[in-house]
Amino acid sequence: MVQGDPLARAGFIILACFVVVGIFAPYLAPYDPTQMINRPDGSLAFLSPPSARHWLGTTDLGRDVLSQVIMGTRVALIVGFLAALLVTVIGTLIGLVAGYYRGWMDDVLMRLVDLAYSIPFEPFAIVLVGLLEPSIWTVIVAISLLTWRAPARVIRAQVLSVAQRPFVKAARVAGASDFRILFVHIAPNILPLTFVYMTIEFGIAIVAEASVSFLGFGDPHVESWGKTLHLAFLTGAIRKAWWWAIPPGLCITLIVLSVFFLSRAYEEVINPRLRRV
Amino acid sequence: MGPRRYLLRRFLQNALTLVVVVTVIFVLFRTLPGDPASVLIDPLAPAEVREEMTRRLGLDRPLWLQYALYVRDLVTGDLGRSFLYQRPVTEVLGEKIVNTLALVLATFLVAYSLGAAGGVFLAWKRGQKVEIVGNALVLLFRSAPVFWSGILAIMLFSFVLDLLPLGGMRSIGEGGETGLARFLHWDFLHHLILPVMVGALHFCGLPLLLVRNTVLEILGEDFMEMARAKGMSTSALIFKHALRNALLPAVTASALFIGWAMGGMVLIEYVFSWPGLGREIVTAVTNRDYPLAQASFIFISVLVMSLNFVADVLYGYLDPRVRVR
Repeated sequence: MVQGDPLARAGFIILACFVVVGIFAPYLAPYDPTQMINRPDGSLAFLSPPSARHWLGTTDLGRDVLSQVIMGTRVALIVGFLAALLVTVIGTLIGLVAGYYRGWMDDVLMRLVDLAYSIPFEPFAIVLVGLLEPSIWTVIVAISLLTWRAPARVIRAQVLSVAQRPFVKAARVAGASDFRILFVHIAPNILPLTFVYMTIEFGIAIVAEASVSFLGFGDPHVESWGKTLHLAFLTGAIRKAWWWAIPPGLCITLIVLSVFFLSRAYEEVINPRLRRV
Repeated sequence: MGPRRYLLRRFLQNALTLVVVVTVIFVLFRTLPGDPASVLIDPLAPAEVREEMTRRLGLDRPLWLQYALYVRDLVTGDLGRSFLYQRPVTEVLGEKIVNTLALVLATFLVAYSLGAAGGVFLAWKRGQKVEIVGNALVLLFRSAPVFWSGILAIMLFSFVLDLLPLGGMRSIGEGGETGLARFLHWDFLHHLILPVMVGALHFCGLPLLLVRNTVLEILGEDFMEMARAKGMSTSALIFKHALRNALLPAVTASALFIGWAMGGMVLIEYVFSWPGLGREIVTAVTNRDYPLAQASFIFISVLVMSLNFVADVLYGYLDPRVRVR
């Protein structure tokens, strides 16, 4: 899958780099991201541009930007992965049940999806995270509470078509239980699509976490890219300190892009009709 | 389904959603950590005012009664007093709605124009180098978080080039004072450019891809072959036949677009200090001004729903199939 498509290959390499950085973050970061560093002459090294000592310069409090970006990678990956997992599991279960049982169950669940679509996501997440205890767990829950809507809708449509196939009817005639038909016969057929949604939600969750942290509602004990940007913006440092404002956003953009390329290539594998001629 | 029944159904659906949003807010604000009285009543207010508020909100009563009183207050337009501004929240938010609406509509217009033009262009140039560059640009603007593109735009256009203001809605002492004049003034438009540009570039991906895909699809249809055979030029072909048909799915998607862009507006308003509902909800939550946060969220939801309803009406008007079905 990755070999034929140069963009997918690029996406894979970028994502792999982020994962490696995320895993080994504490060993790779040259400084403690919250440490206020002094210059050799003893003065605080605030807002110093990129140099050999600080590859990405320092913040207004003399903190190393590179270290913050490296530690932020881990947070982004954890939030992205957990939220994507949660959302995909919820969305898939709802899609499976709605698409398989049809009737009133389908009606109720799909109205619920419509409802989730009509609640504006960012304001909802802000109110929820900002008013509850700020922590990355609250952020993950806030993201998941609404975004299951997309996989639920798509997977339901897929289940509707899979459930019409002969092997499902054969299973029913053979006396298989609903549970068995759902999870042994239908679920494996929608698993590839589930995976596509998981990658998409991974990117969405990372941007959502960054947005919430950028507005100042993130976990105060965690160094995330959004928080780094929040401080750069709030202190007015963007006027001068480009080295502080550019790297975290660039990382978010790169991760979102790489995930997009991978999910698109994967989608083409499972659905050859999408392949470009 | 007749047009009336279609609209009635959509209207009822929206009304139902509103009821649920309002209920979610009610539950959310009463399950917040701490005493609900401290959440909903200004902690700085004098004791007798606090007592009066407790009685009026029924905070010493059972939950169902609290809900009934809350709905009564909503229906009568009483959303409480802001702790921060010391004014009724409806008064605080009233003018912000217009500001947000102006920003959203301008962004919507530019994003859709950009989407339609870009979609046709990319479909036209299918298979050429310029298509690849165009796709890459669309993808890049779509992937970059909108608040970060906003920061970059400020850094470039306000600090380095010194061309555009870095935020706010108008310069001090500039602009018309009343009504429409406020929004037609050059100074307002000057402030509008940067946030609208950033928002439109970020959100134009959806209409653009829809228009592009539909144009490509339509170019392969039999009636296009026919038009080509009778000697129609390519531009007439695209603008007279393809684009008209391609706009429909883009308009259909506008409901999705509005909900999505409205959320993004919170970030855009925050970055560009735009005095709208989005920035107000951030201020409210930051300062733990619960009545203001509650009301801002309800206002934003209502705005999204009203815009969606307008899109529905428009869609029914544009596509006769919806009307006759």
